[in-house]
Amino acid sequence: MIAIADYGAGNLTSVMKAFRACGADPRIVAEANGLASARAIVIPGVGHFAATASLDDAWRAAIRGAFDRGTPLLGICLGMQWLYEGSDESPELTGLGIFPGRVARMTGDVKVPHVGWNTLEHSSASPLLEGIERGAAVYFTHSYAAPPTTECVAVTTHGTPFAAVVEAGNVAGMQFHPEKSGRAGLRLLKNWMRDAV
Amino acid sequence: MLCKRLIACLDVRDGRVVKGTNFTSLRDAGDPAELAARYDAEGIDEVVILDVSATLEGRRALARTIEAAASRLFIPLTVGGGVRSLDDAAALFDAGADKVSVNSAALADPALITRIASRYGSQAVIVAIDAQKNGDGSNFRVFGRSGSTDAGRESADWAREAWDRGAGEILLTSIDRDGTRSGFDLPLTSRVSRAVPIPVIASGGAGTPEHFVDVFTKGDADAALAASVFHFSEHAVSTLKQTLAAAGVPVRAC
Repeated sequence: MIAIADYGAGNLTSVMKAFRACGADPRIVAEANGLASARAIVIPGVGHFAATASLDDAWRAAIRGAFDRGTPLLGICLGMQWLYEGSDESPELTGLGIFPGRVARMTGDVKVPHVGWNTLEHSSASPLLEGIERGAAVYFTHSYAAPPTTECVAVTTHGTPFAAVVEAGNVAGMQFHPEKSGRAGLRLLKNWMRDAV
Repeated sequence: MLCKRLIACLDVRDGRVVKGTNFTSLRDAGDPAELAARYDAEGIDEVVILDVSATLEGRRALARTIEAAASRLFIPLTVGGGVRSLDDAAALFDAGADKVSVNSAALADPALITRIASRYGSQAVIVAIDAQKNGDGSNFRVFGRSGSTDAGRESADWAREAWDRGAGEILLTSIDRDGTRSGFDLPLTSRVSRAVPIPVIASGGAGTPEHFVDVFTKGDADAALAASVFHFSEHAVSTLKQTLAAAGVPVRAC
């Protein structure tokens, strides 16, 4: 089963619905120890990085353990940011640190938060991006972003380029909301499920 | 590049779309869920359901309407109309709304914006502002209660305060232009858009594709909302996006 980690950061209805539309039978898991039996884990999240404070030692141990066992992980939006070392939005908190680097406030002569449909530019080949055209648009809503490092397979530019899709081994992240990104978003989730489950 | 968004608004009363549509391909043009799905298929970027029910029964029908629409939509869904409390907002989110829009209640109790944003995030809170040009045209006054009451505020000032209190977007409606099909109010839209760092959705006055080009190129809008221009012709969304793209406005491909 695909476990959706419910650590108290917002509404999971649309994430559940999108996975169901992809043919999956996702379960919301509200206790860290519920992740042990998961075949794949989704870490969702919206809003302020401070919300990841609810990902306490028990959650961290469970997710780190799943990562070490090779269980596929997918971080969405804030859930992806938490996979980095930390965020300037809440410097006192630490992320899981699976991806190197820190999440920083977006800069440039643009409006922040970055809200709306923006385009994906593939930066390296990945099965995650199969069927996703160069320049396909997906739906973002965030003010902080991760730098485009080597783990990045698709970049988006708003003021400056940032990591839109990251992938390394059994871990993937999407800064946008695939569950709100129309056909392109559902295809990305299907690609992840195909490789993960 | 960040695309300019097109948003279809469905006015819903007692679970039915008010004004209906001319879409001959729909089995039931008054069904909000069917119409929302139709817009999604045609390439609309977001859907707003505005509840204009006057009765308690109508309000109770709203949750079912949202559930039905949300079950078929994989693009952002905003719901507004009559949100007076955190509990009201929570009921809409539980039913499947991604964002809620607050208007009069936020004017009466601005802390409501912060309460909803604290629980659901700023990205989930839209403050709707109904504005009208004042007598000498020097600024734009905010009106509450469906445009009937002068709220004693200026639109750009109120937009800034709303942002400061946690709003993630502003839905700005020109009372002067609403229903006229004479074009968006460009000075109003530009004034408010330049006053805040959050997206401004222009509303009121859409009649032709050129009106949309103008509001994006001259009005500094981040998104544009309309109801009837989308309701009354097939392929309106894709045709409009082609016009916008030809004018150099970035839009999401349908």
